[in-house]
Amino acid sequence: MWIYEKKLQYPVKVSKCDPRMARYLLEQYGGADGELSAALRYLNQRYAIPDKVIGLLTDIGTEEFAHLEMIATMIYKLTKDANVEQLEAAGLGANYAGHDHAFIYRDPEGFPWTAAYIQAKGDPIADLYEDIAAEEKARATYQWLIDMTDDVDLQDGLKFLREREIIHSMRFKEAVEILKADREHKKVY
Amino acid sequence: MADNEVREDLADSGKAEGTVNPEERARGDEIYRRELMELQKVDFALVELNLYLDTHPADMQAVQQYNQLAQRRLQMCAAFELKYGPLMHFGHSYTRYPWQWIETPWPWQV
Amino acid sequence: MYDAQWREWRPYVSHCDPCPPVRVKRYIVPPNQYIPYQPMNLPQFSLDEALFRGTLWPALYSPYPSRRSPKGVTVNG
Repeated sequence: MWIYEKKLQYPVKVSKCDPRMARYLLEQYGGADGELSAALRYLNQRYAIPDKVIGLLTDIGTEEFAHLEMIATMIYKLTKDANVEQLEAAGLGANYAGHDHAFIYRDPEGFPWTAAYIQAKGDPIADLYEDIAAEEKARATYQWLIDMTDDVDLQDGLKFLREREIIHSMRFKEAVEILKADREHKKVY
Repeated sequence: MADNEVREDLADSGKAEGTVNPEERARGDEIYRRELMELQKVDFALVELNLYLDTHPADMQAVQQYNQLAQRRLQMCAAFELKYGPLMHFGHSYTRYPWQWIETPWPWQV
Repeated sequence: MYDAQWREWRPYVSHCDPCPPVRVKRYIVPPNQYIPYQPMNLPQFSLDEALFRGTLWPALYSPYPSRRSPKGVTVNG
């Protein structure tokens, strides 16, 4: 069961109307290494992984939904009051034609989100390395997004999200160590 | 608009005595955002400690810090909700009359 | 102090490259890469600061300055 909290994890501020950035932010909304993929990847892996790391996957998977909401908030604020001309100039003309100001789970180039982004091999080590790689790729995406805007308020939110990827990667590495170390417990001398 | 009218009617008639908090209308303003941020600070530390404890379950000091902050969070939430309405649904927060959950602003609108 | 997180490399430059060559490229290696397992009792940021850093622990903090300066000039690296 999940409970919704009527607040963001981090105060999101955007100080200029910039639908161009909104389009690029879709990478983290409906992209391969985005927050939706991350949340679903970790929560789904829980069913075929040793009990010791299920708590971590549950908690990081849940935090990813809070990050998805932050990205959605950024996109919302960047496009809410943009007119058709502004959206079209930002490359969101096709989006407007099909969806007005609604956004959907797809990447900046329009590729719809796909379940193929979610990996679950069923091998704990392989899956955790997948997760570590996903976190590092998402960290890199945030770097390139931070590079693309001069809005310091938007940068601030993106920097928070980038740092979270570093922490998640750290925890997944520790999860690998936990699974590696388990053999010591079984040794009986 | 219609919502506000209804609420004022109720307040006038005394039917909703004690249910209309004038400060409620301030949701979304600067004081609201500042108080929300105080809660976000504590909640963030709790998220960090939670993930840390997932891989360090035997760190007694971190467990203590987690429990202390959890307690502080409860108090802060209660005070915040009294002023601005429920933070959670499904019975995890109290509500005044009329049902407050559906009131704006939602997090992305603030 | 945090500059220590950056690494440099010098890509091969050909006479046939059409764009002015970038002689030095940079990439960042965040501190989590050097911590195999987080030790207990690491110093913490204050709660006021932790939220804005995105972590509770200075040892895991990695700043990332935008390569786009406020003037809109892209700084290469």
